[in-house]
Amino acid sequence: MHVNVEEKLFQNRYKVDHGRPHIRIKDANVCSSDCQSQSCTYVCPASCYKAEGNRTVTLITDGCLECGSCRVICTEHANVAWEYPRGGHGILFKFG
Amino acid sequence: MSKEKFDAIVVGAGPSGNTAAYTLAKAGLKVLQIERGEYPGSKNVQGAILYADALEKVIPDFREDAPLERHIIEQRVWVLDDNSFVGTHYRSDDYNKPPYNRYTIIRAQFDKWFSSKVREAGALLICETTVEELLMDGERCIGVRCDRQGGEVYADVVILADGVNSTLARKAGFHGEIEARNVALAVKEILFLPEEVIQQRFNVKEEEGVVIEMMGTVTEGMVGTGFLYTNKESLTIGVGCLLSDFKANPQRTAPYALLEKLKAHPSIAPLIEGGEMKEYCAHLIPEGGFHAVPKVYGEGWMIVGDSGGFVNAAHREGSNLAMTTGRLAAETVIAAKAANQPMTAKVLKAYKDRLDASFVMKDLHKYRDMPQVLHSSPQFFTTYPTLVNRAAKTMFTVDGVDKKAKEKEILGSFKTARRWGGLVGDAFKLWRAFR
Repeated sequence: MHVNVEEKLFQNRYKVDHGRPHIRIKDANVCSSDCQSQSCTYVCPASCYKAEGNRTVTLITDGCLECGSCRVICTEHANVAWEYPRGGHGILFKFG
Repeated sequence: MSKEKFDAIVVGAGPSGNTAAYTLAKAGLKVLQIERGEYPGSKNVQGAILYADALEKVIPDFREDAPLERHIIEQRVWVLDDNSFVGTHYRSDDYNKPPYNRYTIIRAQFDKWFSSKVREAGALLICETTVEELLMDGERCIGVRCDRQGGEVYADVVILADGVNSTLARKAGFHGEIEARNVALAVKEILFLPEEVIQQRFNVKEEEGVVIEMMGTVTEGMVGTGFLYTNKESLTIGVGCLLSDFKANPQRTAPYALLEKLKAHPSIAPLIEGGEMKEYCAHLIPEGGFHAVPKVYGEGWMIVGDSGGFVNAAHREGSNLAMTTGRLAAETVIAAKAANQPMTAKVLKAYKDRLDASFVMKDLHKYRDMPQVLHSSPQFFTTYPTLVNRAAKTMFTVDGVDKKAKEKEILGSFKTARRWGGLVGDAFKLWRAFR
């Protein structure tokens, strides 16, 4: 079943901290060379991580739900630098 | 920011932080509460069921003005295979007699309300401010650093109510990274429907509500459950599985795809049909239980709520444990202040003692083996749901086959799937985990 998560995220309210992503891939080479599973590309509930054709992983944090899963599953490589967004930024749940 | 020193700083304005700040402020202590969201609740996600008892202990008359959706009069537990479910429903008119025992709530509204009580009690709340790290003097926590200019604030004690990711305690080295096997990743949606439609579909009257908890093939063998809750004018539907299982799932299914599968299930789709989706959330739930609770106090600091892993996954309880731990931490501080004691680890150990004497640690201890049992028994989430549903179908289908032969077929299907040893072993495992 193909599910378009963007349609879901579109319903959410965000205050994006432009130019200051709160999560960072520490070393892109680790994702492309050392990580076999690239599990962040299917576990992230907002699909912020994308597996590209050339085995690189790209990260766009705009739709991030701030759950922390990507950091926790990256146990082997600890390649995710994860912080909360600056105060007031990021996801703003209307209902939660 | 203010250069003055506080009796206590509470980081976070969820159930545990609000209960702690409220209890402290009510006792006349000088309390600063720091919340990173635009308003309390805007970063918080829960199913959400509110258990009245833990809140009553701090705000006995909360029902007068708290934003509550529906009180629960019926609890359904469904075991699903791909096309059917076998379920138990418990409904009682006793649950219709006030004071009600549990309610569905919408956290963004509820937390905002709770926070207004905290401020009325006299605590100072600062929103839109993320605490970056704890300020340490050697082993001793003396305050926090926020992401504001001059954002260093000091207090005798810092209460960490910063949620499941427990960012501050990890950074300070109080405990390590969370393990993927000790948290569930849950996703959910809120679907709006007219009040009357919800009441018709779920067979309830105004203000009465139903919760459905589900397990079965929908989680693709992962340890997890689904849920469907009735709010006043909306339904909440979600699914959560252990994060380690999401990672290891050979089908590489995304959490939102699992949610869509649940929504499309033939037993569920008619209940949610026509609902207008207005928000999609994700959140981690600490489900490691007793063995995953880290050290929750030290020199000048305490951990409460999800940040300390205080969730009873077996009974779907969390916010009540959060509120209780928040209250017990606050009472520890109040007692120490009254006795003129410093907030040392030795003094704050009283918090752990209070936890141990409460239902919080007693319940976590009771189910201490549960996470391990579920980890090693994926059959509870795939094989048995399929078998049970097939058995029901065999028994309820009238097709000229005699009932004795049907019984034999059912027993045969269980024996083939698990063998006698497996069946007995599974029964024993469950008994041990629940005893």
